[in-house]
Amino acid sequence: MGQNSELEHNEKNKPGSGTRPESGAQTFKIVAREDFSDTTFLLEILHPMLARAARPGQFVIVMPSEVGERIPLTLADFDREAGTITLVIQATGKTTKDMQQNLAVGSSFFSVVGPMGAPSDIRDQRKVICVGGGLGVAPVFPQARAFKEKGAYVIGVVGFRSQSMAFWQAKFENVCDEFLICTDDGSAGLKGLVTEGIKLAIAKHSDIDEVVAIGPPIMMQACAETTRPHAIKTTVSLNPIMVDGTGMCGGCRVKVGDRMKFACVDGPDFDGHAVDFNDLVNRLHRFADEEKAAMAKWSETCRARV
Amino acid sequence: MAKKTIRTIPQERTPIPVQAPAKRARNFLEVSLGYRVEDALNESERCLMCPEAACTLGCPVAIDIPGFIQKIIEKDYRGAYDVIGQSNLLPAICGRVCPQEDQCEGVCPVGDTLEPVAIGRLERWIGDLAIEKGWATRPHIEPNGFRVGIVGSGPAGIACAADMAKAGCDVTIYEAFHKPGGVLRYGIPQFRLPDAVIDAEIDNLTKLGVRIECNTLVGRLFTIEQMIDELGYHTVFIGTGAGSPRFMDIPGEFLNGVLSANELLTRCNLMHAGEFPTYDTPLHLGRKVAVIGAGNTAMDAMRMSLRLGAEKVYCIYRRTKAESPARAEEIEHAEEEGVDFHWLTAPVEILGDENGNTRGMRCVRMELGEPDDSGRRRPVVIDGSEYDFDVDMVVFAIGTSANPIIGHTSKIALNERGFIGVDETLATSMAGVYAGGDIVTGGATVILAMGAGRKAARAMRDYLGIRDSAVVYGDADDHDDVALFGMRPTEKNFVRLQLT
Repeated sequence: MGQNSELEHNEKNKPGSGTRPESGAQTFKIVAREDFSDTTFLLEILHPMLARAARPGQFVIVMPSEVGERIPLTLADFDREAGTITLVIQATGKTTKDMQQNLAVGSSFFSVVGPMGAPSDIRDQRKVICVGGGLGVAPVFPQARAFKEKGAYVIGVVGFRSQSMAFWQAKFENVCDEFLICTDDGSAGLKGLVTEGIKLAIAKHSDIDEVVAIGPPIMMQACAETTRPHAIKTTVSLNPIMVDGTGMCGGCRVKVGDRMKFACVDGPDFDGHAVDFNDLVNRLHRFADEEKAAMAKWSETCRARV
Repeated sequence: MAKKTIRTIPQERTPIPVQAPAKRARNFLEVSLGYRVEDALNESERCLMCPEAACTLGCPVAIDIPGFIQKIIEKDYRGAYDVIGQSNLLPAICGRVCPQEDQCEGVCPVGDTLEPVAIGRLERWIGDLAIEKGWATRPHIEPNGFRVGIVGSGPAGIACAADMAKAGCDVTIYEAFHKPGGVLRYGIPQFRLPDAVIDAEIDNLTKLGVRIECNTLVGRLFTIEQMIDELGYHTVFIGTGAGSPRFMDIPGEFLNGVLSANELLTRCNLMHAGEFPTYDTPLHLGRKVAVIGAGNTAMDAMRMSLRLGAEKVYCIYRRTKAESPARAEEIEHAEEEGVDFHWLTAPVEILGDENGNTRGMRCVRMELGEPDDSGRRRPVVIDGSEYDFDVDMVVFAIGTSANPIIGHTSKIALNERGFIGVDETLATSMAGVYAGGDIVTGGATVILAMGAGRKAARAMRDYLGIRDSAVVYGDADDHDDVALFGMRPTEKNFVRLQLT
């Protein structure tokens, strides 16, 4: 696997032979939290083994409580020294809103498992564009950093609805040779979608090896369409509905080049030019009724609490 | 007492009390209520106590069946439990889910003339009694300092763990889900195997000193190689199950409302989708559900759909009832509960509406032709037999292929079908690493997986050099005078050798 050199990164977490591996103390404690906006927040979870094993592009599945759902979240960062992983979460549904309200520093997840999925293919690409849209800005960061560490020329393009939603600009500037922020309302950087940013970058650089795009399906689809005429390899990270995340249920099947793939084990990274995004979007809505019902019930109990 | 003969034993197989079909099809309580004491005593009398017990040979884990039935007759129920416990840690589970008609009961000589002895029901009765009374087989364990890592807490992993723990090893099981039990937990529904039974049996395992680490995805959190090189395991057993659901590659498989039986069952069993929204995991249940396949998993999916409130449940199978791989009892229960069986039928397309939801299915009729490689008559399509019918949910229960995670993350050699390759001792291509259960054979049964776990455990003890006194010296009770190097065979001679 060629992982051994990386594994020695953090000697103090290396369980010596004869000693018990550290996964025994399973608490999944939240050690830091940052709120980026009224819907987006960051959690840092202490899990030294996971931090040591994590690679860019991989995801974890979390359960806030024993009665909770299993929610797949792509890793936004991992710190092998501190033994932590970072997740950036958008409070949109019942479970994520509940997490936003209740998960403070010092509290714990019921379950965190991972890293899952195949790591991103970071080889010898010389020049890459890392594109993040909205919440997808967070998970594209580990890839941007890994490309930079491998010596690639990294162009970062991130998009938000407005300046007030933006986060991690300094973090990206650190690992990017060029960095461009796009906002829908023009309150920061370029006014327009990330695809405008990609067009600018492609116009400026004729030798781009790969575009990595992470964000909502419609944004990834738009990115893939932007690069298609230029025949630039475009990798997207898919996050369909999952249950186990280990290839066992087939709920996360996606159509890629007319073949069935399971995002949890065959992905989550796929060739953006081959992904059937319409199918992905349709399958993401398969629990729309139930999501609405859960949300309604949750809001009701919340009001009752107040 | 006169010797029992086929004429003197009770002629009728003792029936097992069950919930009425109409009632049980709408609740999640266990279908079969289990024997009462008088039922068990009556059924035990039907055993002829054959000296060359065919049933024991027919059992994948070789339970001394006449031995435990004799103990029941003597009303030494604890003794009966101990006899089973020598070979099988999970009687309450196996009594419920083993295909007895193909194993012990299938070869029972009583079955030549009458119905065979209800061995499974007796085993289950003893298992349930043990749970009720809190019995556990806790042999004297002499720690030997070896560390054993087990990947997967399903039946293969559990059986292997129990044997290695009894041999004195320090055993840790890793499980990717947040609860242990593997397929027993996520696959087999409550009404067939209640959670309380799994909890009790797993509790017995932890009493043997086995540690269970959930939320651990081996291959990704650490690799098999790392378990040996870094985590200090002397030997590793892989029992991850087959677990990659198959679809048929027919049009419409991506429609909403189409799912694998694994997904349906995991949502319901492990994640309690039936109790939504108390539990957060949803299941968008159809009103008319078609389940493709006729194995045990298919039966579970159909009966689960009924209990969740489906109006109509169809079973679509391209062969006939005779070729169906499910346990006889499961088909019988599904029929009683109102599943509509479409034998000799195969789907060719799943039909969708404009919103990407399932609205129907197109099928063809089949007839049986010449026998194929498996010896079963091959189903052939009847020309022009295509027809459509309305369903809004389609469940695929047509088996599984190999889960790729271990293959992707280790150098262990796989076979041509993608399953882990093993030799006759279940050793993989990597020294000290063994594998068994569905990840080696492809989808099979709980008891076969347990048998594989135990078989691997024997080879792992050999690999570690743990001498099995019964194997080395023969049975201690029969050979009082056997003593080698001044040590009696019943002693923990391996440990003594290490100390001296």
